[in-house]
Amino acid sequence: MGIRFVLMVNKQGQTRLAQYYEYLNVEERRALEGEIVRKCLTRTQQQCSFVEHRNYKVVYRRYASLFFLVGVDNEENELAILEFIHLLVETMDRHFGNVCELDIMFHLEKAHFMLEEMVMNGCIIETSKTNILSQIQLMERAS
Amino acid sequence: MAVVPSLMDSLFQRSIDDVIKGLRLCPPGTESIFISKSLDEIRREIKSTDPQTKATALHKLTYLHSLHSAEMSWAAFHSVELSSSAAHSYKRVAFLSASLSFNPSTTQVILLLTHQLRKDLSSANPHDVSLALSTLSAICNPDLARDLTPDVFALLASGKPFVRKKAIAAVLRVFEQYPDAVRVCFKRVVENLESDDMGILSAVVGLFCELTEKEPRSYLPLAPEFYKILVDCRNNWVLIKVIKIFAKLAPLEPRLGKRVVEPICDHMARTGAKSLAFECVRMIVTSLSEYDSAVKLAVAKLREFLLEDDPNLKYLGLQGLTIVSKTNMWAVLENKELVVKALSDVDVNIKVEALRLVMCMVSEDNVMEISRILISQALKSDPEFCNEILGHVLLTCSRNFYEVVFDFDWYVSFLGEMARIPHCRKGNEIENQLVDIGMRVKDARVQLVHIARELVIDPALLGNSFIHGVLGAAAWVSGEYIELSRNPFEIMEALLQPRTSLLTPSVRAVYIQSAFKVLTFCLSLYLKLSVDTVASQLLSDTELDNGNGNVVVASSSMHRFTKESFVNLMNLVETNLGPLAGSNEVEVQERASNVLGLIKLIKLIVFGSEGDNVKGEVEASEMVKLIFDAFSEDLGPVSVNAQERVPIPDGLVLKENLGDLDDICGGDTEFSLPSSFSIVKLQKMDAAGTSDCTSKEESETLTESTSLLAEHRKRHGLYYLSSENAGTVSNDYPPAIDPKDKDADEAEDLARLTEESLVIKKKPNQARIRPVVVKLDDGEGFNVSAKKREVEGGDLISGAVQEVLLGNEATATSSSSRKRESSKKSRERNKQQHGHGKERKSQSTGKDKEHDGQGQREKPKRKSRQRGDGGALPAQSSVIPDFLL
Repeated sequence: MGIRFVLMVNKQGQTRLAQYYEYLNVEERRALEGEIVRKCLTRTQQQCSFVEHRNYKVVYRRYASLFFLVGVDNEENELAILEFIHLLVETMDRHFGNVCELDIMFHLEKAHFMLEEMVMNGCIIETSKTNILSQIQLMERAS
Repeated sequence: MAVVPSLMDSLFQRSIDDVIKGLRLCPPGTESIFISKSLDEIRREIKSTDPQTKATALHKLTYLHSLHSAEMSWAAFHSVELSSSAAHSYKRVAFLSASLSFNPSTTQVILLLTHQLRKDLSSANPHDVSLALSTLSAICNPDLARDLTPDVFALLASGKPFVRKKAIAAVLRVFEQYPDAVRVCFKRVVENLESDDMGILSAVVGLFCELTEKEPRSYLPLAPEFYKILVDCRNNWVLIKVIKIFAKLAPLEPRLGKRVVEPICDHMARTGAKSLAFECVRMIVTSLSEYDSAVKLAVAKLREFLLEDDPNLKYLGLQGLTIVSKTNMWAVLENKELVVKALSDVDVNIKVEALRLVMCMVSEDNVMEISRILISQALKSDPEFCNEILGHVLLTCSRNFYEVVFDFDWYVSFLGEMARIPHCRKGNEIENQLVDIGMRVKDARVQLVHIARELVIDPALLGNSFIHGVLGAAAWVSGEYIELSRNPFEIMEALLQPRTSLLTPSVRAVYIQSAFKVLTFCLSLYLKLSVDTVASQLLSDTELDNGNGNVVVASSSMHRFTKESFVNLMNLVETNLGPLAGSNEVEVQERASNVLGLIKLIKLIVFGSEGDNVKGEVEASEMVKLIFDAFSEDLGPVSVNAQERVPIPDGLVLKENLGDLDDICGGDTEFSLPSSFSIVKLQKMDAAGTSDCTSKEESETLTESTSLLAEHRKRHGLYYLSSENAGTVSNDYPPAIDPKDKDADEAEDLARLTEESLVIKKKPNQARIRPVVVKLDDGEGFNVSAKKREVEGGDLISGAVQEVLLGNEATATSSSSRKRESSKKSRERNKQQHGHGKERKSQSTGKDKEHDGQGQREKPKRKSRQRGDGGALPAQSSVIPDFLL
């Protein structure tokens, strides 16, 4: 499994979105999120975006007040994951128009569906913003 | 609990937005109250028959579960219930909650979802289908995978790319849970490798990337398809994945490497995307390291990364170099200055990578220089990185029995220096190495004693609890090799200094035991007990020591104690240890009592006894001699496997007959240990040094204890190890040091000689030869061979894949028979399963037939291709596709 989890966390360390691609129970999730947030949020802009944690790597990137953290296998390409994070942000940006923390909070399920269009089972399946968003729009129209 | 939601509840139900706003307005610390209040509401609302109310409740619950860790396993059934809703928006809420909260292995209600999922998978609404696929991949368990395989199979050929790519992504989870699905679906998955749609290609390449990770060999036959993508595709995401696949396949088939090295170098040179470039670099340095020109290009690329300001690229550049270093050391040396510069980066992750690389560069020629640089770096660093450095240095220097250390005098001084670094938290490791070197490297002992003295006499160090272990080792060294010390009196004072009360009890016990040894040694000097022994031992040291030892020997054996000075020493010990005989710590108390007991004996000798007790005096001096002999024995390293080598005798039953022990203990009251029992001795490697006098003494006590032992054995033979020559029991203890050691020593000597000649050629200014390091040649430290366990699921999958790709008769690997067996079993299971799943069968037979037809059409084609390869090739190469030839 390439991607193990995608987290969005604000500056204060509060989780704003958590998508896991392997089952973890509530306690495990809370512990993991706590450890990673402690590790990543203390780092400065001059430091690299990769952190080794337990048996996988965390690739993260900060956009304004929101941190995007992606846990991947050791084999995964770090730079490609950074590009993926950027793509995710751009997609959300285009959908919400200058996305911010509140957009994700109040439209959590939509954020999940966007992510679902891009990643399934830890594999990236779609990298075209247009394709992703057109599906979201169609889905909205359908319901 | 039984409250049914009223109309009011439904009308005034709080929306998800209300909950989020409420949470935001909560004063800090009161969120949990708000959450539990909301959960109470949700519990009520979720029972509603109105789907709108239910969906909102579930939505809120999912939110609280996902972001605020609220437990929601109790609501699993409600998710299932809502999933059958006709409205897509409710269905979405239901499936989202299921995929975020269900545990595939324990959530019971997953089985209730089977029917709904099947319905949605064959729905006309593509959004339903896609939703069902996402949910399936999140909550898939073996039952679900087995029951839904036909439906997923149908979707693998869907006309809608957006559905098809999701089916491909989901099928990986289905394979993992139910390997037999491979037989049904694999052909279709392979067909998708030729798709033009980037989404589909991305999904299918991602799928194969995961599969090859587990068992690459099975996918070798697909190399032509992958190669086509590698050459034709222009999508970086897909290329990265395909390169990862080749990184796994290339090492299995040399011709494959030859074929892909060129396109990969092309990609590396052409691409503007750093991610793709880095993937190419990583592929080359891991799997194509024998292609020098490619490696050169890759290393040049890594250098570019290292020169960038971007910390990400710098980090990856260093990581890449770490991988190259295993095969091409020159690449690291070429970039040495960049690596060393990275040691002072602002980012600790980069520093650690640089440190790992620096440690790769260590050899016996530069170990001193590198260590010096690193220690000065450690002194400048923050505590965390400082210890990272110390840990790496200690690990590298001690690797493979101090392989890189040539000058042990330097190394032991260096250990002492490290212990004094203020942030040092590596006390345990330093402790172990000090003792280890003491036992293994005879030639280092003089310097070791010198360093230990400096550590022990410094009262300031006793306050630092992190190096108590080191001090314990220093105290042990000081006591064990006291004969090499210039001034035993000084050592004794150091061992007894008042601040030793700060030590942990276990370390303090070592201090006291060392004082015991020092006292014994001083006594022997005072009595000029066995001057021969000491002298001969020291002489042999001198021979090896080339000058340095001369001074020590001279000073030490010159050091004669007058009666007065010895009595002073004794009084010092007595006043300091007297109070400890009442210590609460068992170890401390016991050892202090030992020393005090010894002093009582000594007093008999030194002052003589008042009048007639001459016999007691003689006995006492015999005792002292014995104790001294016990300590003057050389301790050697003991193999971790030594215990295992003691054979367990037949008929020894450890867990039974323990009841008999009571009898024995009861009947044994009159049996007491002899007043002077001898300590179990190491087998003598060199008996010449022992004086006649002591050996006679020894044999006397030995016979005494032997007879007692023999008596005991006669009475309780059952509990003894059987021994062929029971008569000479006392000499037959399994030696702690393997007698083979002698051979090892000889071999070492030989190696040293050759080494010496080599070194002289290489480095004429290095006058000293490397001291002997005692090793035990039974694979010390490798007593447990790690066995690689294959992932069972992956194994079954690859077995099925091989069957599909090659047909049964051409399975390549030797282990395939086992795989086939297991897959046969699972096929039987499959049949049974099909027996009572008729409805589904009728649904999918048409497609199955079609697929079978395809399979049969394709199989002969492949076989003929393989025959074209040349049938003479060994079994393994039958999997290699012809394009390589």
